[in-house]
Amino acid sequence: MLKTNLKHIQSASELNKVVSENENVMVCCGRMGPMCIPVYDAMENLEEKYENVKFFDMEFDNPEASVIRSLPECRNFSGLPFTVYYKNGKVVKATSSIQTKDEVKAILNDKFGK
Amino acid sequence: MINSVNKMKKYDTIIIGAGPAGLTSGIYLARAKQSVLIIDQGTVGGQMIMTHKIANYPGVIDISGYELANNMKAQAKEFGCKIISGSKITGMDISGGIKSIEVDGEDNYSSDAVIIAAGGEPRSLGLESEKRLKGKGISYCATCDGDFFQDQDIVVVGGGNSALEEAVSLTKYARSVTIIHQFDHFQGFPHAIKEAAEHPKIKIILESVVEEFNGDENLNSVIIKNLKDGSLKEINASGAFIFIGYVPRTGPFKGIIALNQKDEIITDIEMRTNISGVFAAGDVISKRYRQVTTAVSDGTIAALSVLDFLNSKKQKIEYSLASEVS
Repeated sequence: MLKTNLKHIQSASELNKVVSENENVMVCCGRMGPMCIPVYDAMENLEEKYENVKFFDMEFDNPEASVIRSLPECRNFSGLPFTVYYKNGKVVKATSSIQTKDEVKAILNDKFGK
Repeated sequence: MINSVNKMKKYDTIIIGAGPAGLTSGIYLARAKQSVLIIDQGTVGGQMIMTHKIANYPGVIDISGYELANNMKAQAKEFGCKIISGSKITGMDISGGIKSIEVDGEDNYSSDAVIIAAGGEPRSLGLESEKRLKGKGISYCATCDGDFFQDQDIVVVGGGNSALEEAVSLTKYARSVTIIHQFDHFQGFPHAIKEAAEHPKIKIILESVVEEFNGDENLNSVIIKNLKDGSLKEINASGAFIFIGYVPRTGPFKGIIALNQKDEIITDIEMRTNISGVFAAGDVISKRYRQVTTAVSDGTIAALSVLDFLNSKKQKIEYSLASEVS
């Protein structure tokens, strides 16, 4: 399990449940590495300000994370973490590699509104 | 510009930066019963979290940078530091007796002293294609992303220890690794240069720079320019790892604090800057060696100097009040 303060998703069925039960969901799928930690940190910082969004992480090396790794939106990705934004059960944005808090905020505002 | 001093939350000291220097200053000051605010624009731990394994921090046999950072953070919080991360400084007035700082354009704080420990950030090539292909071939972490490039041809840009060591590490995955470096020699340690130069999978191209990264959805090739004759060459590569050093985060302080030619803050041996009540520590200052241990040392000295400064300030006020009464 990732050592973050975010809620953790541990299985594909759990991810499907979260995505189907919540309008706006952001999931960061990574490891505890230097490219991933800043994204988790940004999410933890933004969690309070974006009450309309549910924030989660998922361990990249968990076999169940293939549900994210094999998404068509992540097909060309070659940098951790894979971060996926879901709206009404559908992927509306996905990013690869490190993102700043401002970059995450811009996507949240664009896709989910504040 | 800052709106009004009256609306500000006041601290004894504000520390800008939550890397090893800033956190150490915070630990020392808060333990001395000072109120301390630490503000960081990125992640608590600074560049320390970029290090997978730290094996030369005295007293700690082996620890990840993330764990060491988290321990320092917990220690600072335990002593009472308030820490705000992922927040930008959007305004400041640090030249007078009371220093004021605006964060994210909405929150205002003031203090009697400031320690700048903002650290550095990885230097980028500044190409549009570098940004566009980040995570789609362009990477800044071999340990994180190396396994995406199994049996592929990749390039490493840079010529310091990081570039050389990461190039060797990437040979575990890649079919070939080409190091591209702008100078005619490497800046790394002799053993790192030897290991890279003698590795059968590594090819070296010196006196050349990256002109462009090609690819639509993924990186396909890299255009490099020979600095001696200006000729261009295309190298097929599906991955490019960039390790071209760090730049100090001193942008917001230009024109306010004395900087050297490399934009590093000039301090004396007690970490004082040219402005009274403003100190600096860690990778942001002008110095030769940049290690977690040297940052911790700088942070300690800065904190002790701040304590001395605040005590002197307090004594002056008390003396002045006593003189008025008598």
